[in-house]
Amino acid sequence: MMRFSTLIKNPADWMTGEGADNAIVLTSRIRLARNLRDQAFPGWAKKDQRRRALEIMRPAVEALPCMKDAFSQELDDLTSVQKQVMVERHLISREHAARGEGSAAVIERRQSVALMLNEEDHLRMQSIRPGMALREAYETLAAIDGELEGELDLAFDPELGYLTTCPTNLGTGLRASAMLHLPALVLSDQIGQVLQAVNKIGLAVRGLYGEGTESLGNLFQISNQSTLGESEETILRRLERVITQVSTHERNARDKLLEDDPEMVSDKIGRAYGVLRHAWIIDSKEALNHLSLLRLGGDLGFLPEDTVKTCDALLMDIQPAHLQLHSGRKLSPEERDSIRAEIVRARLQTLEPPDIRSIRKKDVSSDPDPDLL
Amino acid sequence: MDCDICGKKAKVHLTQLVGGEIKKVALCDNCAKEKGVTDPTGFALAEMLLGKTPEKPAVPVPLSSGPTRACPNCGFTLDDLRRIRRFGCAECYTIFREEALQMIRGMHKGTKHCGKVPEGLMELHERAQRLEELRGRLDQAISAENYEEAAGLRDEIRQIEVAATPGKD
Repeated sequence: MMRFSTLIKNPADWMTGEGADNAIVLTSRIRLARNLRDQAFPGWAKKDQRRRALEIMRPAVEALPCMKDAFSQELDDLTSVQKQVMVERHLISREHAARGEGSAAVIERRQSVALMLNEEDHLRMQSIRPGMALREAYETLAAIDGELEGELDLAFDPELGYLTTCPTNLGTGLRASAMLHLPALVLSDQIGQVLQAVNKIGLAVRGLYGEGTESLGNLFQISNQSTLGESEETILRRLERVITQVSTHERNARDKLLEDDPEMVSDKIGRAYGVLRHAWIIDSKEALNHLSLLRLGGDLGFLPEDTVKTCDALLMDIQPAHLQLHSGRKLSPEERDSIRAEIVRARLQTLEPPDIRSIRKKDVSSDPDPDLL
Repeated sequence: MDCDICGKKAKVHLTQLVGGEIKKVALCDNCAKEKGVTDPTGFALAEMLLGKTPEKPAVPVPLSSGPTRACPNCGFTLDDLRRIRRFGCAECYTIFREEALQMIRGMHKGTKHCGKVPEGLMELHERAQRLEELRGRLDQAISAENYEEAAGLRDEIRQIEVAATPGKD
């Protein structure tokens, strides 16, 4: 069985956008909620009932072909830092990390499929892919769901669909979401309007860590709210359409910023570069916000293209629990801020300052010959 | 859980409120098919399966019967539901059906599931339809004294029935 250190050692492909266009849509994620028919739901079940449910589910989950040599642990056997690292990596939810006896996580080696056992529902399964790939993520999970259906007696009602602890998940039990990086919509003050429009069609917008979290680093999560009354196909199609539209808006906003106010953009990216390269104390929020701009710089050609990847890896690695894991001890907030700065400086050591001229050149070449004007 | 009729491994589980009382029925593939309960929206199950006619119509469940109403499977009460806005187990959705339907009003795009159905249920449904069709043709073949075709049909029916017997794999 896979050890925690092995699981965490390498970033997953979806964390660094390996093999996908993740300039705006960083990741696509699908979650399915399922429950056992005869067992009390985890939140209501007594300890021994939760344990019994785990005993029923775990062998079936571990026997899944994709879970060969997977990571499989009861949460009780993990330290709080280890659990927090998994939350920061989006492998388990904050709620799951807070649960004790009888809860477990089974995670595929590449970290692209993760199953939470005894979360709010008996089974919460998720699949994550880099870039815009909701369909692919859904197919992966639908296959797993199909395999588990043959092994487990799942709670299903012809009228209400898959039965869940909270009625907000009834029906398909499907939550599809994408993480979007929208710095240009924020810089051009269009974000409020865009998000309002997204909300109006019944989709939810959240911050980096899901429900009730604020947006950091210009990262936004868009997901469906309704799970009942529509097919999986309809839900996915609407979400795909909206996410594509929002990315197009962001792309246009980036182009327009460069055209209308290249000086402001250069200033923002230059300052972000300066702070990140030379800060000795930096908190999470400041780091995320500057990394967001550096990431934008990578996409716009101010910085080498692989800057985007460097930023994405840093987004993960500078979070509190990751820092503690990295240092192998508990850190005070002050210590965290210095170690965070140290890691950022080290990773960006070889990064040349933003090349403002190359942007100017690009502008000129796309404009008509100035002599003709 | 075992089939209530023949004792084989149950594949179909049905729960229904009849006159405020819960009727739970577990059936294996064969018995479910025999009783014709492969249509998941079929009603009057208890009546059909247990040979009882409910004294009261199946619908009215007293909504305001107070906090004492509890789920027999997990002990969850109406009070718990009002307090935490979540359910205790799958069975609670039958016991507190009206409340559930009230809660989901306006919560989702609709109130009826239109998505994926578990494979087992689908298969069962399709198999039942196929058998029904074959049996119809068999009857016709027999009344037309077309015994050769009838024998073929009977073999086909038997094959499907054997394949459907649980525990064979």
